[in-house]
Amino acid sequence: MDEGKPLFVQIAEQVEESILDGSIAEEAQAPSTNELAVFHRINPATAAKGVNMLVDKGVLYKRRGIGMFVSPGARELLLKERRNDFALRYVQPLLAEAQRIGLGPDDVADLIRTGAGATPAQP
Amino acid sequence: MNSVIQVRNLTKRYKDAVALDDVSFDIEKDAIYGLLGRNGAGKTTAMSILTAQNLPTSGEVRVFGENPYENARVLSRLCFVRESQKYPDDANPRHAFAAARLFFPRWDQGLAEELIDDFQIPLKRTIKKLSRGQLSAVGVVIGLASRAEVTFFDEPYLGLDAVARQIFYDRLLADYAEFPRTILLSSHLIDEVSNLIERVLLIDAGRILMDESAEDARSLATNVVGDAAAVDRAVNGREVIHRESLGRVTSVTFLGRPEASERAAMAAQGLEFAPVSLQQLIVRLTQQRSAGRDRSPAESQEGSLR
Repeated sequence: MDEGKPLFVQIAEQVEESILDGSIAEEAQAPSTNELAVFHRINPATAAKGVNMLVDKGVLYKRRGIGMFVSPGARELLLKERRNDFALRYVQPLLAEAQRIGLGPDDVADLIRTGAGATPAQP
Repeated sequence: MNSVIQVRNLTKRYKDAVALDDVSFDIEKDAIYGLLGRNGAGKTTAMSILTAQNLPTSGEVRVFGENPYENARVLSRLCFVRESQKYPDDANPRHAFAAARLFFPRWDQGLAEELIDDFQIPLKRTIKKLSRGQLSAVGVVIGLASRAEVTFFDEPYLGLDAVARQIFYDRLLADYAEFPRTILLSSHLIDEVSNLIERVLLIDAGRILMDESAEDARSLATNVVGDAAAVDRAVNGREVIHRESLGRVTSVTFLGRPEASERAAMAAQGLEFAPVSLQQLIVRLTQQRSAGRDRSPAESQEGSLR
Protein backbone atom coordinates (compact mmCIF):
# COMPACT_ATOMS: atom_id res chain seq x y z
CA MET A 1 0.00 0.00 0.00
CA ASP A 2 1.01 3.58 -0.59
CA GLU A 3 2.37 4.87 2.72
CA GLY A 4 1.66 8.50 1.85
CA LYS A 5 -2.09 8.48 2.43
CA PRO A 6 -3.90 7.43 5.57
CA LEU A 7 -4.82 3.74 5.34
CA PHE A 8 -8.55 4.34 5.71
CA VAL A 9 -8.47 6.70 2.73
CA GLN A 10 -6.73 4.03 0.66
CA ILE A 11 -9.39 1.49 1.65
CA ALA A 12 -12.15 3.93 0.67
CA GLU A 13 -10.44 4.60 -2.66
CA GLN A 14 -10.19 0.90 -3.45
CA VAL A 15 -13.91 0.45 -2.88
CA GLU A 16 -14.56 3.55 -5.03
CA GLU A 17 -12.40 2.04 -7.75
CA SER A 18 -14.54 -1.12 -7.75
CA ILE A 19 -17.67 1.00 -8.05
CA LEU A 20 -16.18 3.11 -10.85
CA ASP A 21 -15.07 0.13 -12.93
CA GLY A 22 -18.45 -1.52 -12.37
CA SER A 23 -17.23 -4.56 -10.45
CA ILE A 24 -19.62 -3.59 -7.65
CA ALA A 25 -22.89 -2.40 -9.19
CA GLU A 26 -25.20 0.19 -7.68
CA GLU A 27 -27.59 -1.35 -5.14
CA ALA A 28 -25.22 -4.33 -4.83
CA GLN A 29 -23.73 -5.30 -1.48
CA ALA A 30 -20.31 -3.78 -0.73
CA PRO A 31 -17.61 -5.71 1.15
CA SER A 32 -18.07 -5.63 4.92
CA THR A 33 -15.67 -3.94 7.30
CA ASN A 34 -14.40 -7.34 8.48
CA GLU A 35 -13.93 -8.63 4.94
CA LEU A 36 -11.92 -5.53 4.06
CA ALA A 37 -9.85 -5.85 7.24
CA VAL A 38 -8.97 -9.50 6.69
CA PHE A 39 -8.31 -9.03 2.95
CA HIS A 40 -6.04 -5.99 3.36
CA ARG A 41 -4.59 -7.26 6.67
CA ILE A 42 -5.50 -4.11 8.53
CA ASN A 43 -7.23 -3.35 11.80
CA PRO A 44 -11.05 -3.52 11.45
CA ALA A 45 -11.35 -0.07 13.06
CA THR A 46 -9.30 1.35 10.17
CA ALA A 47 -11.48 -0.44 7.62
CA ALA A 48 -14.59 0.86 9.40
CA LYS A 49 -13.27 4.41 9.15
CA GLY A 50 -12.87 4.01 5.38
CA VAL A 51 -16.38 2.56 5.03
CA ASN A 52 -17.86 5.36 7.16
CA MET A 53 -16.15 7.91 4.97
CA LEU A 54 -18.02 6.44 1.99
CA VAL A 55 -21.31 6.46 3.91
CA ASP A 56 -20.82 10.15 4.79
CA LYS A 57 -20.11 10.87 1.15
CA GLY A 58 -23.31 9.13 0.05
CA VAL A 59 -21.50 6.39 -1.87
CA LEU A 60 -22.60 3.57 0.45
CA TYR A 61 -25.63 3.18 2.66
CA LYS A 62 -26.41 0.80 5.46
CA ARG A 63 -29.25 -1.70 5.50
CA ARG A 64 -29.81 -2.62 9.09
CA GLY A 65 -28.75 -6.13 9.94
CA ILE A 66 -27.72 -6.92 6.37
CA GLY A 67 -24.72 -4.77 5.51
CA MET A 68 -23.44 -1.98 3.31
CA PHE A 69 -24.82 -1.34 -0.15
CA VAL A 70 -23.82 0.94 -3.02
CA SER A 71 -26.10 3.97 -3.24
CA PRO A 72 -28.00 4.63 -6.45
CA GLY A 73 -26.14 7.36 -8.35
CA ALA A 74 -22.85 6.52 -6.56
CA ARG A 75 -20.96 5.92 -9.80
CA GLU A 76 -22.03 9.29 -11.26
CA LEU A 77 -21.07 11.00 -7.99
CA LEU A 78 -17.59 9.44 -8.06
CA LEU A 79 -17.06 10.24 -11.74
CA LYS A 80 -17.91 13.87 -11.10
CA GLU A 81 -15.50 13.99 -8.16
CA ARG A 82 -12.70 12.36 -10.13
CA ARG A 83 -13.16 14.80 -13.02
CA ASN A 84 -13.01 17.74 -10.62
CA ASP A 85 -9.80 16.37 -9.11
CA PHE A 86 -8.21 15.59 -12.47
CA ALA A 87 -6.49 18.96 -12.95
CA LEU A 88 -5.06 18.95 -9.44
CA ARG A 89 -3.98 15.31 -9.36
CA TYR A 90 -2.65 14.86 -12.88
CA VAL A 91 -2.37 18.07 -14.91
CA GLN A 92 -0.52 20.21 -12.35
CA PRO A 93 2.22 17.63 -11.60
CA LEU A 94 2.54 17.05 -15.35
CA LEU A 95 3.07 20.76 -16.04
CA ALA A 96 5.49 21.08 -13.12
CA GLU A 97 7.67 18.27 -14.48
CA ALA A 98 7.39 19.71 -18.02
CA GLN A 99 8.66 23.05 -16.76
CA ARG A 100 11.62 21.41 -15.01
CA ILE A 101 12.74 19.80 -18.28
CA GLY A 102 12.04 22.86 -20.43
CA LEU A 103 8.74 21.95 -22.08
CA GLY A 104 5.97 24.56 -22.33
CA PRO A 105 2.22 23.89 -22.10
CA ASP A 106 1.99 23.82 -25.91
CA ASP A 107 4.68 21.15 -26.14
CA VAL A 108 2.81 19.12 -23.55
CA ALA A 109 -0.44 19.56 -25.46
CA ASP A 110 1.28 18.34 -28.65
CA LEU A 111 2.64 15.31 -26.81
CA ILE A 112 -0.81 14.51 -25.45
CA ARG A 113 -2.33 14.76 -28.92
CA THR A 114 0.27 12.49 -30.50
CA GLY A 115 0.17 10.21 -27.46
CA ALA A 116 -3.60 10.00 -27.59
CA GLY A 117 -3.41 9.33 -31.34
CA ALA A 118 -0.82 6.62 -30.80
CA THR A 119 -2.67 4.79 -28.03
CA PRO A 120 -5.34 2.99 -30.07
CA ALA A 121 -2.60 1.78 -32.44
CA GLN A 122 -3.18 -1.34 -34.52
CA PRO A 123 -1.95 -4.49 -32.84
CA MET B 1 -14.00 6.20 26.66
CA ASN B 2 -14.78 2.65 27.69
CA SER B 3 -11.57 1.42 29.27
CA VAL B 4 -10.85 -2.08 30.60
CA ILE B 5 -7.55 -1.15 32.27
CA GLN B 6 -6.58 1.99 34.14
CA VAL B 7 -3.04 2.61 35.29
CA ARG B 8 -2.24 5.59 37.52
CA ASN B 9 1.22 6.72 38.61
CA LEU B 10 2.60 3.21 38.37
CA THR B 11 6.21 2.83 39.45
CA LYS B 12 8.21 -0.40 39.58
CA ARG B 13 11.67 -0.36 41.08
CA TYR B 14 14.07 -3.28 41.16
CA LYS B 15 17.06 -2.97 43.51
CA ASP B 16 18.79 -0.10 41.75
CA ALA B 17 16.86 0.08 38.46
CA VAL B 18 13.58 1.83 37.74
CA ALA B 19 11.60 -0.35 35.29
CA LEU B 20 8.50 1.86 35.24
CA ASP B 21 8.64 5.49 36.26
CA ASP B 22 5.30 7.01 37.30
CA VAL B 23 3.33 5.92 34.23
CA SER B 24 -0.39 6.49 33.68
CA PHE B 25 -2.46 5.20 30.79
CA ASP B 26 -5.80 3.61 29.92
CA ILE B 27 -6.49 0.61 27.71
CA GLU B 28 -9.67 0.90 25.68
CA LYS B 29 -12.05 -2.00 25.36
CA ASP B 30 -11.91 -4.10 22.17
CA ALA B 31 -8.88 -2.41 20.61
CA ILE B 32 -5.61 -3.96 19.47
CA TYR B 33 -2.68 -2.18 21.12
CA GLY B 34 0.91 -2.24 20.00
CA LEU B 35 3.10 -2.08 23.10
CA LEU B 36 6.34 -0.91 21.56
CA GLY B 37 9.75 0.05 22.84
CA ARG B 38 13.34 -1.11 23.08
CA ASN B 39 14.58 -4.07 25.09
CA GLY B 40 14.49 -3.18 28.77
CA ALA B 41 12.06 -0.31 28.20
CA GLY B 42 9.56 -1.80 30.67
CA LYS B 43 7.10 -3.62 28.37
CA THR B 44 7.27 -7.03 30.06
CA THR B 45 7.22 -5.45 33.53
CA ALA B 46 4.06 -3.53 32.61
CA MET B 47 2.35 -6.67 31.27
CA SER B 48 3.37 -8.69 34.35
CA ILE B 49 1.92 -6.10 36.72
CA LEU B 50 -1.33 -5.76 34.73
CA THR B 51 -1.79 -9.54 34.94
CA ALA B 52 -0.87 -9.64 38.67
CA GLN B 53 2.25 -11.73 38.07
CA ASN B 54 4.31 -8.95 39.60
CA LEU B 55 3.58 -6.23 42.15
CA PRO B 56 3.95 -2.49 41.67
CA THR B 57 6.30 -0.53 43.92
CA SER B 58 3.72 2.24 43.98
CA GLY B 59 0.74 3.45 42.01
CA GLU B 60 -2.59 1.93 41.10
CA VAL B 61 -3.72 -0.66 38.55
CA ARG B 62 -7.40 -1.38 37.84
CA VAL B 63 -8.49 -4.17 35.51
CA PHE B 64 -12.25 -4.32 34.82
CA GLY B 65 -12.47 -1.76 37.62
CA GLU B 66 -10.82 -4.01 40.22
CA ASN B 67 -7.40 -4.72 41.67
CA PRO B 68 -6.21 -7.80 39.74
CA TYR B 69 -3.91 -9.15 42.47
CA GLU B 70 -5.07 -12.63 43.64
CA ASN B 71 -8.46 -11.77 42.16
CA ALA B 72 -9.85 -14.85 40.36
CA ARG B 73 -12.82 -12.86 39.02
CA VAL B 74 -10.42 -10.68 37.06
CA LEU B 75 -7.68 -13.19 36.25
CA SER B 76 -9.98 -15.71 34.54
CA ARG B 77 -10.78 -12.98 32.00
CA LEU B 78 -7.11 -12.31 31.20
CA CYS B 79 -4.62 -14.32 29.17
CA PHE B 80 -0.90 -13.53 29.30
CA VAL B 81 1.29 -15.23 26.74
CA ARG B 82 4.77 -14.79 28.17
CA GLU B 83 7.83 -14.76 26.02
CA SER B 84 9.50 -17.20 28.43
CA GLN B 85 6.57 -19.21 29.72
CA LYS B 86 7.64 -22.06 32.02
CA TYR B 87 5.96 -25.48 31.86
CA PRO B 88 6.41 -28.55 34.06
CA ASP B 89 9.40 -30.65 33.00
CA ASP B 90 7.44 -33.60 31.61
CA ALA B 91 4.60 -31.54 30.06
CA ASN B 92 3.84 -31.78 26.36
CA PRO B 93 1.71 -29.39 24.27
CA ARG B 94 -1.36 -31.60 24.71
CA HIS B 95 -1.11 -31.08 28.50
CA ALA B 96 -0.67 -27.33 28.07
CA PHE B 97 -3.77 -27.07 25.86
CA ALA B 98 -5.84 -29.28 28.18
CA ALA B 99 -4.94 -27.03 31.13
CA ALA B 100 -5.74 -23.89 29.15
CA ARG B 101 -9.11 -25.35 28.15
CA LEU B 102 -9.99 -25.82 31.83
CA PHE B 103 -8.83 -22.37 32.82
CA PHE B 104 -10.27 -20.09 30.14
CA PRO B 105 -14.07 -19.88 30.17
CA ARG B 106 -14.27 -18.75 26.54
CA TRP B 107 -11.78 -21.33 25.18
CA ASP B 108 -12.61 -22.46 21.62
CA GLN B 109 -11.41 -26.03 21.07
CA GLY B 110 -12.19 -25.97 17.35
CA LEU B 111 -10.03 -22.88 16.85
CA ALA B 112 -7.26 -24.43 18.94
CA GLU B 113 -7.23 -27.56 16.74
CA GLU B 114 -7.12 -25.51 13.55
CA LEU B 115 -4.19 -23.50 14.90
CA ILE B 116 -2.32 -26.62 16.08
CA ASP B 117 -2.67 -27.84 12.52
CA ASP B 118 -1.59 -24.47 11.02
CA PHE B 119 1.57 -24.39 13.12
CA GLN B 120 2.15 -28.17 12.92
CA ILE B 121 2.75 -28.44 16.65
CA PRO B 122 3.95 -31.92 17.73
CA LEU B 123 1.44 -32.63 20.51
CA LYS B 124 3.26 -35.49 22.20
CA ARG B 125 6.80 -34.17 22.25
CA THR B 126 7.79 -32.75 25.65
CA ILE B 127 7.83 -28.97 25.68
CA LYS B 128 11.48 -28.99 26.75
CA LYS B 129 12.36 -30.57 23.41
CA LEU B 130 10.39 -28.11 21.24
CA SER B 131 12.22 -25.60 19.09
CA ARG B 132 11.94 -21.91 20.01
CA GLY B 133 9.42 -21.43 17.20
CA GLN B 134 7.29 -24.40 18.28
CA LEU B 135 7.32 -23.10 21.85
CA SER B 136 6.15 -19.69 20.63
CA ALA B 137 3.43 -21.41 18.58
CA VAL B 138 2.10 -23.15 21.71
CA GLY B 139 1.74 -19.71 23.32
CA VAL B 140 0.07 -18.26 20.24
CA VAL B 141 -2.49 -21.09 20.15
CA ILE B 142 -3.32 -20.57 23.84
CA GLY B 143 -3.51 -16.79 23.42
CA LEU B 144 -5.87 -16.94 20.44
CA ALA B 145 -8.06 -19.91 21.46
CA SER B 146 -8.55 -18.54 24.99
CA ARG B 147 -10.56 -15.66 23.49
CA ALA B 148 -9.90 -13.92 26.81
CA GLU B 149 -11.41 -10.46 27.16
CA VAL B 150 -7.92 -9.04 27.49
CA THR B 151 -5.05 -10.97 25.90
CA PHE B 152 -1.40 -10.02 26.33
CA PHE B 153 1.12 -11.27 23.79
CA ASP B 154 4.71 -10.56 24.85
CA GLU B 155 6.83 -10.87 21.70
CA PRO B 156 4.89 -13.94 20.62
CA TYR B 157 6.83 -14.35 17.37
CA LEU B 158 10.27 -15.37 18.70
CA GLY B 159 11.63 -18.18 16.55
CA LEU B 160 8.64 -18.12 14.21
CA ASP B 161 9.60 -17.85 10.55
CA ALA B 162 7.98 -15.32 8.21
CA VAL B 163 5.28 -17.78 7.09
CA ALA B 164 4.33 -18.71 10.65
CA ARG B 165 4.26 -15.05 11.69
CA GLN B 166 1.91 -14.25 8.83
CA ILE B 167 -0.35 -17.13 9.93
CA PHE B 168 -0.39 -15.60 13.41
CA TYR B 169 -1.24 -12.09 12.16
CA ASP B 170 -3.94 -13.38 9.78
CA ARG B 171 -5.53 -15.63 12.41
CA LEU B 172 -5.39 -12.86 15.01
CA LEU B 173 -7.09 -10.39 12.70
CA ALA B 174 -9.76 -12.81 11.45
CA ASP B 175 -10.65 -14.01 14.95
CA TYR B 176 -10.60 -10.49 16.38
CA ALA B 177 -12.93 -9.28 13.62
CA GLU B 178 -15.40 -12.02 14.53
CA PHE B 179 -14.89 -11.86 18.32
CA PRO B 180 -13.73 -8.34 19.21
CA ARG B 181 -11.65 -8.19 22.37
CA THR B 182 -8.76 -6.25 23.83
CA ILE B 183 -5.31 -7.31 22.65
CA LEU B 184 -1.96 -5.99 23.83
CA LEU B 185 0.85 -7.06 21.57
CA SER B 186 4.44 -6.20 22.38
CA SER B 187 6.73 -6.32 19.38
CA HIS B 188 9.98 -5.16 17.88
CA LEU B 189 8.75 -5.94 14.38
CA ILE B 190 6.92 -2.65 14.11
CA ASP B 191 6.52 -2.67 10.34
CA GLU B 192 4.88 -6.08 10.53
CA VAL B 193 2.27 -5.07 13.09
CA SER B 194 1.72 -1.41 12.21
CA ASN B 195 -1.40 -2.09 10.12
CA LEU B 196 -2.87 -4.52 12.63
CA ILE B 197 -2.85 -2.24 15.62
CA GLU B 198 -5.37 0.46 16.41
CA ARG B 199 -3.36 2.20 19.11
CA VAL B 200 0.32 2.64 19.87
CA LEU B 201 1.73 2.68 23.38
CA LEU B 202 5.43 3.46 23.19
CA ILE B 203 7.49 2.87 26.33
CA ASP B 204 11.01 4.18 26.63
CA ALA B 205 13.18 3.91 29.73
CA GLY B 206 10.16 3.26 31.95
CA ARG B 207 8.07 6.15 30.64
CA ILE B 208 5.25 6.46 28.12
CA LEU B 209 6.65 8.27 25.10
CA MET B 210 3.58 7.95 22.89
CA ASP B 211 -0.06 7.02 23.46
CA GLU B 212 -1.78 7.63 20.11
CA SER B 213 -4.00 6.01 17.55
CA ALA B 214 -1.83 4.29 14.96
CA GLU B 215 -3.45 6.46 12.31
CA ASP B 216 -2.47 9.69 14.09
CA ALA B 217 1.01 8.36 14.85
CA ARG B 218 1.65 7.87 11.14
CA SER B 219 1.03 11.56 10.49
CA LEU B 220 3.10 12.84 13.43
CA ALA B 221 6.24 13.35 11.38
CA THR B 222 7.29 14.21 7.84
CA ASN B 223 10.47 13.56 5.94
CA VAL B 224 11.79 16.07 3.43
CA VAL B 225 14.70 15.49 1.04
CA GLY B 226 16.53 17.91 -1.22
CA ASP B 227 19.26 20.50 -1.54
CA ALA B 228 20.71 21.21 1.93
CA ALA B 229 20.05 24.97 1.87
CA ALA B 230 16.46 24.57 0.65
CA VAL B 231 15.80 21.87 3.26
CA ASP B 232 17.18 24.14 5.98
CA ARG B 233 14.85 26.93 4.92
CA ALA B 234 11.89 24.56 4.82
CA VAL B 235 12.42 23.12 8.30
CA ASN B 236 13.36 26.41 9.94
CA GLY B 237 11.43 26.71 13.21
CA ARG B 238 10.28 23.08 13.17
CA GLU B 239 11.25 20.36 15.59
CA VAL B 240 13.79 18.23 13.76
CA ILE B 241 14.15 14.68 15.02
CA HIS B 242 16.63 13.33 12.51
CA ARG B 243 18.99 14.62 9.86
CA GLU B 244 21.37 12.96 7.45
CA SER B 245 23.33 14.25 4.48
CA LEU B 246 24.96 12.84 1.41
CA GLY B 247 26.95 15.50 -0.42
CA ARG B 248 24.60 18.42 -1.00
CA VAL B 249 21.49 16.33 -0.46
CA THR B 250 19.99 16.41 3.00
CA SER B 251 17.18 14.34 4.43
CA VAL B 252 15.40 15.70 7.48
CA THR B 253 12.63 14.21 9.56
CA PHE B 254 10.61 16.74 11.51
CA LEU B 255 7.52 16.64 13.69
CA GLY B 256 4.24 17.79 12.22
CA ARG B 257 2.70 17.72 8.80
CA PRO B 258 2.85 20.89 6.69
CA GLU B 259 -0.32 22.31 5.16
CA ALA B 260 -1.02 21.52 1.51
CA SER B 261 -0.04 25.08 0.53
CA GLU B 262 3.28 24.83 2.39
CA ARG B 263 3.97 21.49 0.78
CA ALA B 264 3.27 22.92 -2.64
CA ALA B 265 5.69 25.80 -1.94
CA MET B 266 8.38 23.37 -0.81
CA ALA B 267 7.77 21.07 -3.76
CA ALA B 268 8.22 24.06 -6.08
CA GLN B 269 11.76 24.41 -4.67
CA GLY B 270 12.51 20.86 -5.69
CA LEU B 271 12.02 19.32 -2.25
CA GLU B 272 10.54 15.87 -2.04
CA PHE B 273 8.32 14.59 0.73
CA ALA B 274 8.27 11.09 2.02
CA PRO B 275 5.97 9.73 4.68
CA VAL B 276 7.56 8.48 7.89
CA SER B 277 6.59 4.92 8.74
CA LEU B 278 5.63 4.03 12.29
CA GLN B 279 8.88 2.09 12.62
CA GLN B 280 11.01 5.04 11.45
CA LEU B 281 9.16 7.43 13.73
CA ILE B 282 9.63 5.19 16.75
CA VAL B 283 13.31 4.61 16.04
CA ARG B 284 13.87 8.36 15.65
CA LEU B 285 11.92 9.30 18.78
CA THR B 286 13.66 6.74 20.99
CA GLN B 287 17.08 7.64 19.54
CA GLN B 288 16.44 11.29 20.18
CA ARG B 289 15.39 10.51 23.74
CA SER B 290 18.42 8.39 24.55
CA ALA B 291 20.70 11.02 22.97
CA GLY B 292 18.99 13.63 25.16
CA ARG B 293 19.55 11.58 28.30
CA ASP B 294 23.29 11.32 27.66
CA ARG B 295 23.85 15.03 27.19
CA SER B 296 23.20 18.24 29.06
CA PRO B 297 19.95 20.02 28.07
CA ALA B 298 21.78 22.66 26.00
CA GLU B 299 23.71 20.02 24.09
CA SER B 300 20.69 17.83 23.52
CA GLN B 301 18.91 20.74 21.88
CA GLU B 302 21.75 21.02 19.45
CA GLY B 303 22.02 17.26 19.14
CA SER B 304 18.45 17.05 17.95
CA LEU B 305 19.29 19.45 15.15
CA ARG B 306 22.30 17.55 13.95
